[in-house]
Amino acid sequence: MPGQKFGPAWFPGLIAIGLGACGALLIRSGMRARGALVALPEWIDRPQPRRAVAAVLAGLVFYILLADRLGFHLTGMLVLLLWVRVFGASWRVTVGVAVVATLAIHLAFYKALRVPLPWGLFERFAF
Amino acid sequence: MSVLGQAFALVFDPYVLWIILASAAFGLFVGAIPGLTATMATALLVPVTFFMPPVPAIASIVTATAMAIFAGDIPSCLLRMPGTPASAAYTDEAYAMTKKGQGEVALGASLVFSVIGGLFGTAVLIVAAPALAEIALKFSSFEYFWLVILGLASAVFLTRGNPLKGLVSLLLGLLVAAVGLDNPAGFPRFTFGNAELAGGLTLIPIMIGMFAVSEILRNVAAIDQPWQMAQANIGNVFRGMWTLAKRYPAPVARGSVLGTAIGALPGAGADIAAWMSYAVSKRFSKEPEKFGTGHVEGIIEAGASNNSALAGAWIPALVFGIPGDSITAIVIGVLYVKGLNPGPTIFMTNAASIYAIFLVFILANLLMLPLGVAAIKGAKQLLRAPRTVLMPVILLFCVVGSFAINNTIFGVILMLAFGLIAYAMEENGFPVAPAILGMVLGAMLEENFISSMIKAEGSFLAFFERPIAGGLGVLVLVVASVPLLRRFFRAAI
Repeated sequence: MPGQKFGPAWFPGLIAIGLGACGALLIRSGMRARGALVALPEWIDRPQPRRAVAAVLAGLVFYILLADRLGFHLTGMLVLLLWVRVFGASWRVTVGVAVVATLAIHLAFYKALRVPLPWGLFERFAF
Repeated sequence: MSVLGQAFALVFDPYVLWIILASAAFGLFVGAIPGLTATMATALLVPVTFFMPPVPAIASIVTATAMAIFAGDIPSCLLRMPGTPASAAYTDEAYAMTKKGQGEVALGASLVFSVIGGLFGTAVLIVAAPALAEIALKFSSFEYFWLVILGLASAVFLTRGNPLKGLVSLLLGLLVAAVGLDNPAGFPRFTFGNAELAGGLTLIPIMIGMFAVSEILRNVAAIDQPWQMAQANIGNVFRGMWTLAKRYPAPVARGSVLGTAIGALPGAGADIAAWMSYAVSKRFSKEPEKFGTGHVEGIIEAGASNNSALAGAWIPALVFGIPGDSITAIVIGVLYVKGLNPGPTIFMTNAASIYAIFLVFILANLLMLPLGVAAIKGAKQLLRAPRTVLMPVILLFCVVGSFAINNTIFGVILMLAFGLIAYAMEENGFPVAPAILGMVLGAMLEENFISSMIKAEGSFLAFFERPIAGGLGVLVLVVASVPLLRRFFRAAI
């Protein structure tokens, strides 16, 4: 910024210099250690954890994209169904948990704490 | 009515007492489940406390964290997995005791000496914080600048990992803090024309991501590995505690003092306090060869240490608004929201609320005795809680909590993004705590740096000219040389 010695660019500039220097030092020590360039986590070879992690990420992205349109109640129940089932519970437990937990969060956040959870499509059934 | 009377009235209100009890149960549960930490308990509580009056809001966090730090010792004994990082220092020791058939003693010692440490830390908090506030009234931007630097330096240099990676983590945190309009020049930075970014990144969804979502990912990645519970017959956990207290008075005192001091140091908290106290205990013990084979001495000292650190961390948080650990980093945000702006004047403007918080500290530590016994007795059932159900429910809770802060889906996006970042960081040895400290302290650091530079007309020497500022500057250099000293003495701290 003109006319100012210590403007808004000062601080991010210092951070950039610091990150650059640290990055260079880490690259140097990494070259010395001679490991592989990219290492995958050990669980990637085991089917159950791989499915479970994928389900977590897919469920969260699904929620972010559709919660405003489908409403919290449907979206929340669907992601719980996905997660509990993929993590290895029986269908009976899965459905029970999805319904009870969604209802509990509705009571705690929507009713007690008055968080405006979106209703989306179900606006006219709001309770 | 006197201030103390008002404070009593604020705490001994049925609603507040109910909140304390519920938070205690929540804290014991979260602390006892491996992978769910005290910091995570705090992050999950924030969306709920958002809607409470100040005293119950703070009371719930104080109680839950005190319980969680103790309860972290339970799975150490039974599963050889620390319930919270603050128990990691003596997990092997506690498990070895259980294997020798002394699980009852290990759990009893954890409980009793956690309470003693917690009460000691609370006493220091009550005495030291108002006294320190008197001095802090005279602080200028130079002193605040150094205090912030001290907190950041402790977070980077007092961890057990590679300090270089800690520094990277810190710088990333500072970079996040730089986003938005909230800087001394009021100039939009890194906003890309986006309105959500112009307001700066909201910290609570970020913290829920970094402390909760990343832990859930780690748990889920090990979902096919069942927990192996050790056999332990647990009767009266208080049996033999008096003998232990008489036999090891020095470790109890040392652990409490060192823990409070580490906690009070900005930027270093219960995790580091436990590691240091365990190492100190071994060094000064009459029988160091027994350490690691299931010897109770280190558990006593480090167990007292991590609970005292919890209270100690509130000293800089209340007096300067500078967090003593990652829990108080979250608490400071709550204090501002509740109108209890931290700073030296808080003891005058909000005396009743502050004394009420002190009372809650005492109450929480005393409540730990009966509730702790109940948690130990119920531990086997507690640890059988199926992760297949627990993790999804907590995850949806995180989603709703991140949403509730600003009522926008942007909070959930932040949560997911920072959850993935934190997971990747920790898997590669980058500690998360310095990043959090950087985010919380970034604005304060920049503001005090820029205004000091303007006052000093660009002279760096001015930062050392005032006596307290100079002293703090020297302390920063001492903290920064800890890794070098460690290498020199080859200490196991």
